[in-house]
Amino acid sequence: MNDEEIKVFIDGVVRYFQRVTGEPAAVDPPYLKGEASVTLDFTGVIGISGRRRGAVYFTSGAEQLTELLHRLGEKKVGFSDHQDLVGEVANTIAGNARQYFGSEFLISVPIVLCGRSDKISFPRHLKSFVIPITWRSHRSYLIICLERAAADRDAPGPSSRSDVIVARQT
Amino acid sequence: MLGTRGKLLIVDDSSTIRRSIERHILSDRVTEIYQAANGHQAMELFERYGPEFVTMDLTMPEMDGLTCISKMMALKPDTRLMVISALGDAETAIEAVERGANEYVVKPFSAEDLNLALANLVAGS
Repeated sequence: MNDEEIKVFIDGVVRYFQRVTGEPAAVDPPYLKGEASVTLDFTGVIGISGRRRGAVYFTSGAEQLTELLHRLGEKKVGFSDHQDLVGEVANTIAGNARQYFGSEFLISVPIVLCGRSDKISFPRHLKSFVIPITWRSHRSYLIICLERAAADRDAPGPSSRSDVIVARQT
Repeated sequence: MLGTRGKLLIVDDSSTIRRSIERHILSDRVTEIYQAANGHQAMELFERYGPEFVTMDLTMPEMDGLTCISKMMALKPDTRLMVISALGDAETAIEAVERGANEYVVKPFSAEDLNLALANLVAGS
């Protein structure tokens, strides 16, 4: 992924919080994910296929999701609402990226994972970029893990395998 | 269809979004509201109740929104249908309109965006 492609997702994050809440989120510089865990209470995963392959993850704590849900007009908020919203945020940011990547950037329906680091594995053969997000003092992360599909590359390398496993639940 | 009163079917796999859309229906032109979480449920409700208005997500399990639009328009071509989707590319919007959608709103939406779009949908403008 290049800087321009990463910026597409940063813009998507900024747009989401601004439109939905009226308050902008602050985005820190993206970095390459290392061994340290970045996953929080709820994670929405969108599988990507077509001309790009991989996944987009949005991970958030329950407190931020509760506050977002209140902004959306929800009065009583529970576990299933957190699951629903984290998937919807991931879906929205990934779907918006088609404006840049085009209609061959195919997105799956959300997979939602609950709990922290040990439940989620990231593809080891791909670089994962972490975009830290702060909104009203709440921290969340967007994690982008993408490669060009084999048909879209000049010289397929070892990362061209067709079955990228983006997440698993233990 | 202009100025018609009628039933509304809200189709979205997110319960949060379905409730959000329902809360923003201010028009007295909507007499009943039904909700579906995927394309199959949507078609069942559509065939049973024949709603005049539909809001349609596109990325959904079991049956996607574009397929759903085609099936609905084949059954009842005068349905007023608005897509509310995260898919932000022009090709998808054009395809939705070609299949029969009247409006296309890209998520995320503000409350004002949604109010205006829903008012247009039910007013037939």
